[in-house]
Amino acid sequence: MATLKDVKNKIKAVRKTRQITKAMNMVAASKLRGAQERMESFRPYARKFAEVLGHLAARAGEEAHPLLTPREGIRAAHLVLCTSDRGLCGGFNTNLIEKAESFLKEKKAAGIPCSFTAFGRKGRNWCRKIGAEIAGEYLGIMGTMVKFGEAQEAARLLVQGYLEERYDEVWIVYAEFLTVARQVPVLRPLLPVPPIEQVAPEPGGYEGWLPEHLCEPSAAALLGEMLPRNVSVQLYRALLETSASEHAARMLAMDNATKACNDMIHNLTLAYNKARQAAITAELMDIVGGAEALKG
Amino acid sequence: MAGTIKLEIVTPERVVVSEQAQIVMAPGTLGEFGVLIGHTPFLTSLQIGAVRYVDPQGGEHFTFVGGGFAEVLPDRVTILAESAERRRDIDVERARASLERAQKRLAEMRSREAVDFARAQAALQRALTRLKIAEKNRPQ
Repeated sequence: MATLKDVKNKIKAVRKTRQITKAMNMVAASKLRGAQERMESFRPYARKFAEVLGHLAARAGEEAHPLLTPREGIRAAHLVLCTSDRGLCGGFNTNLIEKAESFLKEKKAAGIPCSFTAFGRKGRNWCRKIGAEIAGEYLGIMGTMVKFGEAQEAARLLVQGYLEERYDEVWIVYAEFLTVARQVPVLRPLLPVPPIEQVAPEPGGYEGWLPEHLCEPSAAALLGEMLPRNVSVQLYRALLETSASEHAARMLAMDNATKACNDMIHNLTLAYNKARQAAITAELMDIVGGAEALKG
Repeated sequence: MAGTIKLEIVTPERVVVSEQAQIVMAPGTLGEFGVLIGHTPFLTSLQIGAVRYVDPQGGEHFTFVGGGFAEVLPDRVTILAESAERRRDIDVERARASLERAQKRLAEMRSREAVDFARAQAALQRALTRLKIAEKNRPQ
């Protein structure tokens, strides 16, 4: 049976743990705010970019661009896996890796080899563990101030690999940030660029004018310049979303941990008090018993 | 305000400029172009260079852009730039450092990959342009 001292020590230990989880919760909350702001400030660019790209794609018509045309007979696939560098964020990384795993399984069943680009240490470690080919790894940028330049550089390599036919399709797995309480792992195609949708222009725009843009150099040439950039934009968005999701997931996990600590402290304190009371009662009984015996 | 157009310079990281302007001059890949109100819709890629605009009070402003796209509509100009800074935000020290780095890299590399060469050249161009804008001796 646990002695009084053991219980007391246990309470102390749980208190210390609670202190840590509470602090981590607050750190994650403030980092989440930063990450959300960065997502916010990316939105105007992404929106305008999608709008212009939509017009251009419509203008350039079916003129095939190598990044737009799906290849016949996929011989090799490539997956960009976005995870976090650190743990202690609940099932966050597990969910992402599961998504990647099912993708891999599907490709394997079709006999298509798959290589990886890993953002985040957790995903990189998983790729290593299963012995997959890792074409690129980016550590130390997830969950921090992701810079557009970093996404751009990675996207450049992806496009290069695609054009050199090292792989015939590129997919990305990342965590979509829906709300603070909900992040969903998603699998999206990056290359070939999926059919581009027209985006409704901002209210107050010149809808009627748009199809008549003059283009310099030409619509097709512009599209050719924009498509590789589109990969950077998509990738950057994925990185921002994953970073925000990581912090949200950690916040939630730490909040749960703090609650669990509270429960545990409560229960342990009860047990401690009960044991203390029992000890005192037993002692009193002893004394009373002894006195009675002396009276004889 | 009659006679002014809305100028927006947006990078992936933030909105750098969102102002009314009388005229906007931007460095298109096929040459610099100027935009006044009522310009025909126009879409172009941009070179590394300076976007110059005049605010409604007649003040002249310079903004560095590191390549990107511009969309011109009759009442607005939207510039999607990979990087952009107003003149007063240009970090001269950093530009000098990256200028030196780019020069060194170019000097060392003679026969290396064309891609690396192009990238070093672009870095050089960016640094030079930043410095040129920053050192223009006019009020912003």
